[in-house]
Amino acid sequence: MAETHKPPEQFSFRVRRYDPESGEAPYWDEHTVELEPHRSVLEAILQAKDRFDGSIGIRCSCRQAICGSCGVRVNGEPALACHTHLDAALKGASDGVIEIEPMGNMPVLKDLIVDMDAVHWKKVHRVTPWLIAKQPVPEREYLVPHENMVDVTQTMACIQCGACVSDCLAMEVDPGFIGPAALAKAYRFVGDPRDDQQFERLNDLAQDPQGIFDCTHCFKCVDACPKDVNPMGQIMRLRRIATNDHHIVDQNNGERHEAAITGLIRNYGLLHEAELIPRSYGGNSWFAKFTPAAGKELLSSLPVIVRGLLRGKLNPKIAIFGHKIPKDDLKAVQAIYDKVESREQRFELNLYIAGEDEEQGAQASAPRGETPSGAEASAPRGETPSDSTPPADPSGSDYAEAPGGVENPPSPQDPTGEGEIEAGDAAGSQAQAREPGGDERSAGEGSEQ
Amino acid sequence: MPAHDVLIIGAGLAGQRAALAAAREGASVAIMSKVHPVRSHSVAAAGGINAAISVDDDWHSHAYDTVKGSDFLGDQDAIEVMCSEAPGEVMHLEHMGVTFHRNDRGEMDLRAFGGASMKRTAYVADITGQALLHVLYEQLMKHHETVQRYEEWFTTSLLRDEAGGCCGAIARDVRSGRMEAFTAKNVILACGGAGQVYKPTTNGLIVTGDGIAMAYRAGAPLMDMEMVQYHPTCLVETGILITEGARGEGAHLLNSEGERFMEKSAPNKMELASRDVVSRAEQIEINEGRGVGPGGVGIHLDVTVVPRKRTLEALREIVNLGKDFAGVDITREPITIRPGQHYIMGGVKTDVDGQTPIAGLYAAGEVACVSVHGGNRLGANSLLDTLIFGRRSGEHAAARAASMAMPEVDANAQLRRDADAIDAIINRPRDGRRVSEIKNELGELMNAKAAVFRDEQGLQGALETIARLKEEADSAWIDDRGTVFNQDVLGAIELSYMIDCAETTVVGAIERKESRGAQFRTDFPERNDEQWLKHIDITLDGDRPKVSYSPVTITQWQPEERKY
Repeated sequence: MAETHKPPEQFSFRVRRYDPESGEAPYWDEHTVELEPHRSVLEAILQAKDRFDGSIGIRCSCRQAICGSCGVRVNGEPALACHTHLDAALKGASDGVIEIEPMGNMPVLKDLIVDMDAVHWKKVHRVTPWLIAKQPVPEREYLVPHENMVDVTQTMACIQCGACVSDCLAMEVDPGFIGPAALAKAYRFVGDPRDDQQFERLNDLAQDPQGIFDCTHCFKCVDACPKDVNPMGQIMRLRRIATNDHHIVDQNNGERHEAAITGLIRNYGLLHEAELIPRSYGGNSWFAKFTPAAGKELLSSLPVIVRGLLRGKLNPKIAIFGHKIPKDDLKAVQAIYDKVESREQRFELNLYIAGEDEEQGAQASAPRGETPSGAEASAPRGETPSDSTPPADPSGSDYAEAPGGVENPPSPQDPTGEGEIEAGDAAGSQAQAREPGGDERSAGEGSEQ
Repeated sequence: MPAHDVLIIGAGLAGQRAALAAAREGASVAIMSKVHPVRSHSVAAAGGINAAISVDDDWHSHAYDTVKGSDFLGDQDAIEVMCSEAPGEVMHLEHMGVTFHRNDRGEMDLRAFGGASMKRTAYVADITGQALLHVLYEQLMKHHETVQRYEEWFTTSLLRDEAGGCCGAIARDVRSGRMEAFTAKNVILACGGAGQVYKPTTNGLIVTGDGIAMAYRAGAPLMDMEMVQYHPTCLVETGILITEGARGEGAHLLNSEGERFMEKSAPNKMELASRDVVSRAEQIEINEGRGVGPGGVGIHLDVTVVPRKRTLEALREIVNLGKDFAGVDITREPITIRPGQHYIMGGVKTDVDGQTPIAGLYAAGEVACVSVHGGNRLGANSLLDTLIFGRRSGEHAAARAASMAMPEVDANAQLRRDADAIDAIINRPRDGRRVSEIKNELGELMNAKAAVFRDEQGLQGALETIARLKEEADSAWIDDRGTVFNQDVLGAIELSYMIDCAETTVVGAIERKESRGAQFRTDFPERNDEQWLKHIDITLDGDRPKVSYSPVTITQWQPEERKY
């Protein structure tokens, strides 16, 4: 059994201390504790508190990664102290001493305790974080498809620990950025078919210069999240629904910028940098550079362009004519576009909707498999494939173990999803039929009731 | 001095629900918690919430299951209130935004749970408590203009007026160390149970019996404190909870011989008998040498019989818990568990509107004993309890506030007394024991002597030890001399709260000379309705607990033998 645990060992850690009353600068405080290697960093801190120094400040309660209190940085990386094993932490320690610091991007109040109200909760409040329910309110529950509820469960699973906020690079540069946690919270309503304000919410977050288009795709929040909420993925979904479904053209050029990138790559196989700015400002065509907005932006970028040319970072030929890749490669890139765009619905990553090839057979014969798989919404959503593909869906190799995806929530025209539910066959076969040629992740995806 | 119609202490599900209900009635409301509301321990409730919402169901059936689960110690009038109002409450939560999982018709899906005669448990994967708590907090953010939040304020005592009624509380701002007196027409205690009295426990480190002890010290009676629930499936080392939802989805319990031993004690319901029954059955297997794992102190919970895809979707949290906290992939192999302290059925005695016998003092949720759980709580009835009686307390307190003037309170003396007490703890000489040592000894003592099986000798010994620990706690010292986030000094106060809870638990357990629900006395192994079909009330008399009795309310269901 995997449960045969190793005996206790000594672990040393140093914790960043700060006493606001002392008038002194922060300092390091080192302790050595004895615990089994699979025990958590939080248990190490608590043992030190119990035995050596009760004044070490850390918020904590549940010890099981559900209350979200003990967000810290372990060896420079954001984590829940209770969710980080000592042996793993030791591996990441450069000098054999585990380093524990308060989270970033938030003011430190004492030791490992940061002011989440001033940053995190203020931003959560910014996204109108409550359901604005469709009227009239039904006597019983709203009838909504199962997979929509499972879908928003991924963002509902956010424990507000602040780990993603701690490491958000965009927020480091622009402290006003609404940020990963709050935007993931926004998806929880945007993806909820009971909410009446999908367009308003998205328009609000798209037009805000510090909203959904302020994210720089750095994946830091995805790595940081201890609950697999995938905040950046949720932000990308907000963008896709805002642009592809609601056609919101924002004042931040976010929508045009995305269209420009995907359009250019479709045409050239690689990004044509010189075309990017004009198209981001003037619209997705070669003539964009002649629009006043693009001209203005190009003019203001001239010094950068000139410096780039002088330092050899820009090749004039490529700048004017774009990159060339072999024809077959270009065809292959375009085939990807065609395939993705020919799908009747977008596939979105969702960790609550799980599917594994291997046990499909076993499952079908299991007692549960006998009941129709219910909320399997196999009906196409009737959405027209969009002109531009969504930005890279984070379902590449980083997510090799991630289980299946979920289709896009119902279109805004039929937000309750009523009438879309069909009693289906057993989950496995249906999912296969729905995703011909899909990769192994998508086989068996979709959900039982 | 801040003054409110309704001051709620504790911001878990009961407290937040009370705040929303009182605000809706137009009262001026404040909600105070020693932690940020979403850190409250309600967040850890996993499996779901019971309500007879299915068209085939009837709240009477839910009520009967609850009465039976309580081993007939629950007050049936209160159980009727809870179960009949459950469907409306759950629908209200759904309308508020809780993302309940659905069935193939798009209606709320229901899962099986222990002690229930049919599928009756609405759920959000296995993070139901978290989903409920976060949705209620969304509502508090929405109603921020009508509900004042005091987040990270630690309550040190309740204020009482000359007539003996409750008129506010003294609290310390954890961030700054500032002490403040709060006047209130009504105070609702909603600060949870006392799990930290036990070690290990499924409960968070913040669950230290604050409300129970404060009410007890203010003169309110505590009821059925001996009724302590051991949850059948907790990780062996840490006590971390594996949701009953796992068994609800079909998981088996196996002893070292691979037997589904529940056949012996609950041939019909098997793993889904009520928690006291399952925990006892497990403990018998362990005691008789059929345990598994190191030292044979565990039992196997086999989730592999649940279809893997279903497990990954509906039990995702415990898949992760197994991986992260026990190194086990529960979809592939059994996980070793054992019974662990989880919940206290007892608490501050209240009526169905949350009123304690002290005017102006209410209690709701785990801190309270209405009693809907009697000798044993059914799984997924605790979330329901917090919400129903949280709401009812809030509404009742708001109505009461509307007909009275703001009390005029001179709280200075008490404020100074509490502030001085904190200073005294900070300045104690380092010649006694550490607070943490005493807390650990207390927890281990309770887990040894006041657990699944109890007897007179062990309990008497425990009572003596508690008396010694109480004395030692009075001189226990701490390290932190600061005012900003001095968690150390709050820990010392929490220890004193926990000792009061431990003492009353043991006194109740000694008093009840029978076996009923969670109380199993090896020296009195039978239920004795003739003498003990009654509540045990404990009040503080001077500095000693005084025992009295009150009758159990029976409306429709006469006590009968309990079989699963």
